[in-house]
Amino acid sequence: MKVMIRGNESIAYAFKLARVQVVPAYPITPSTLVPEKISEFIANGEMKAEFVPVESEHSAMSAAIGASAKGVRVGTATASQGLALMHEVLFIASGMRLPIVMGIGNRALSAPINIWCDHQDMMSQRDTGWMQFYAESNQEGLDLGIMAFKIAEDERVLLPAMVGIDAFVLTHTVEPVELPEQKDVDDFLGEFVPHYVTLDPQNPATLGSFGFPEHFMEFKYGQWIAMERAKKVIDEVFEEFEERFGRKYMKVYPEFVEDADIILVTMGSMTSTTREFVRRLREQGKKVGLVKLTVFRPFPKEELREILKNAKVVAVVERNISFGFGGAVYAELSSTFSRMKEKPKVVDFIVGLGGRDITFNTLNSVVEIAEKAMHEEVDEVNWIDVNKEAVLKAEGLL
Amino acid sequence: MEVITRGAVIPEPGNSVENKTGTWRVFKPIIHYEKCIRCLICWQFCPEPAILLYEDEETKKKTPAPKEPLKRLPVVEIDYDYCKGCGICYNECPVNAIEFVKEEK
Amino acid sequence: MNYEKEEFFAPGHGMCAGCAAPIIVRWILKLAGPNTIVTNATGCLEVATTAYPRTSWRVPWIHVAFENAAAVASGIDAAFKAKGEKVNIIAFGGDGGTVDIGMQALSGMVERGHNVLYVLYDNEAYMNTGIQRSGATPWGAWTTTSKVGSANPIGKLRPKKPIAKIIAAHDAPYVATANPAFFNDFKKKVKKALSVEGPKFLHVLSSCTTGWRHDPSKTIEILRLATDTGLFPLYEIENGDFENMRITYKPKKFKPVEEYLKPQGRFRHLFKNPEYIKKLQKDVDEWWAKYGKYYRP
Repeated sequence: MKVMIRGNESIAYAFKLARVQVVPAYPITPSTLVPEKISEFIANGEMKAEFVPVESEHSAMSAAIGASAKGVRVGTATASQGLALMHEVLFIASGMRLPIVMGIGNRALSAPINIWCDHQDMMSQRDTGWMQFYAESNQEGLDLGIMAFKIAEDERVLLPAMVGIDAFVLTHTVEPVELPEQKDVDDFLGEFVPHYVTLDPQNPATLGSFGFPEHFMEFKYGQWIAMERAKKVIDEVFEEFEERFGRKYMKVYPEFVEDADIILVTMGSMTSTTREFVRRLREQGKKVGLVKLTVFRPFPKEELREILKNAKVVAVVERNISFGFGGAVYAELSSTFSRMKEKPKVVDFIVGLGGRDITFNTLNSVVEIAEKAMHEEVDEVNWIDVNKEAVLKAEGLL
Repeated sequence: MEVITRGAVIPEPGNSVENKTGTWRVFKPIIHYEKCIRCLICWQFCPEPAILLYEDEETKKKTPAPKEPLKRLPVVEIDYDYCKGCGICYNECPVNAIEFVKEEK
Repeated sequence: MNYEKEEFFAPGHGMCAGCAAPIIVRWILKLAGPNTIVTNATGCLEVATTAYPRTSWRVPWIHVAFENAAAVASGIDAAFKAKGEKVNIIAFGGDGGTVDIGMQALSGMVERGHNVLYVLYDNEAYMNTGIQRSGATPWGAWTTTSKVGSANPIGKLRPKKPIAKIIAAHDAPYVATANPAFFNDFKKKVKKALSVEGPKFLHVLSSCTTGWRHDPSKTIEILRLATDTGLFPLYEIENGDFENMRITYKPKKFKPVEEYLKPQGRFRHLFKNPEYIKKLQKDVDEWWAKYGKYYRP
């Protein structure tokens, strides 16, 4: 059934169709509509679940761990400051190997406070041991939301997962979304079976023990193995999803790359703009390609090496920054290439922070510098569409 | 071989019994059964717990029997495998039936 | 079913010899029975009883972090409701994890009305990290972050945070203070709490031989003095009805506060100045002058 819904509703529908049983959540722009929609589903009997209106995001994740440990399917949603507030608990959720799924309305982190789209929030959590997926559209938000449960709950994985939908551009924008039938999702996901030790008075176990140096690293290695195995599980789930629902997902989705000299790497909603831009460049005869990164954790090193190996320049277009270094995708991609004898030049482009629009002009600037990079040295990290003069003045440099 | 579980769960309840904390003792409580009135206060307050409770007739017979009706009450025994020698039992016994002596190593 | 002869808390743990916390926990588990789930904040109790691969717990138990035992319990409560199953959920937290960093999660849990018994085992400082002051540390106590010296001869300068009253002010169905030295009163309150639907809170005084600097054999004796001097009164408040608060024990003859303070090294410095002892006695006398009328045996 095709519906016209916002990105936030996609996440809510994913939870509803996945028959999530407990949703502990706290409101924050732009993800607030997720718990609101869940509350609506429950109130009118469409969803049988317990909604826990917790008093902070830290408690949202804590309650999610408690519920998941009992052995029920759990989902929550947050963004930006809320995600940052949960930080310590995120490590605990993955350390305890609980398959919690969380929707993130990708939003900038303060200061200054900003409610609009960028990837700093989710990117800052990439070390937490959570799988990370970035949606290009509301359809992807729904589909990835549903698939996240199947991947996370797989006995070979048992790691929590976050699905990012861009603030306002997706969370609040109405798009046509194909809603799968409940029975088809039931078939796809199956009934929730916890493949892990739960809180059960019939089998009393201790969860969250104290790990001394004699054992701690082994537990961490277990998480590492799980992430590695997740790579295969993700491919399997993507494939099964395509068979059942007809929509194709890939960890790394290449378009126009066959003979491309320059390939742009994007994540999230900016991919739609970039695709159209690249199509037009191709019409002009320019050899430019596009690669969408849907899965950021586990980082698809093998696929990226394979798909990008023949490009002369890889332009990483990203909405996050690690001050003192550069963008995270640039960092990880560059180190992924470091093992290759022949490798493309990687150039970093910082764009669209705090909701700044990414337009064809933005992408023109990117491609201009990328073209230059084919023959000469360019800056490693390039901030695009920024009023640099005003800033340099404020910093006392002009 | 060291057993590692996923998520560091400990599936075996109460397996701390493998750790005999009786080695901690510097002082040791000794129950003088001829004085014991079987009030169970020592058993009640033991933090480990390292005081065992016996209700079977055989064990009750083995300990010096107080008069009726106390004979019917459970008998306590200090579990020296776990007793840390805190002395709470010695301090709380209402009839001073527990002696507190230096542990001999 | 009566589980009093069964042990749901196993020996072999690393709690200090003479610690009151395991006495409290052991009995609460007996009274709750095996159909119980425990959440535990980071602290002495959690750390000393669950060093991988050994655990002292014979009921399902979960530890997540320092400040969220109440939030984790809330999630478990929601999950059981979602499955339509019944269970006792008990959250254990020290004063650190309850009164300070755990305040938010506890307040939220009570406000939302989760069916959870929160037990505060109050040893009046952050003991597990080495005796630092908490909001529950009483006035005049030495701790490593309220040290005593020429510039500060008192130690902690602020009074004890009245946590039981704060939770009672949330209109929680059942709030009580309890003391394991007053064993029957303690048992009665635990049973009562477990029989009530909704969020209940037990503030239990728990002496610490290491942090209070006292002879381990005197644990129960010192706890008894806390209440017999009137310093730690035992009362119940139901549904926020302060007007009908019930003091459940009143000493026939109050012992002077010095008797409680003297055996504890953390108060030794107070004896340098009789004014300090007088102040503490005055505080106690004033409290009982004001609230003594609520004694209802």
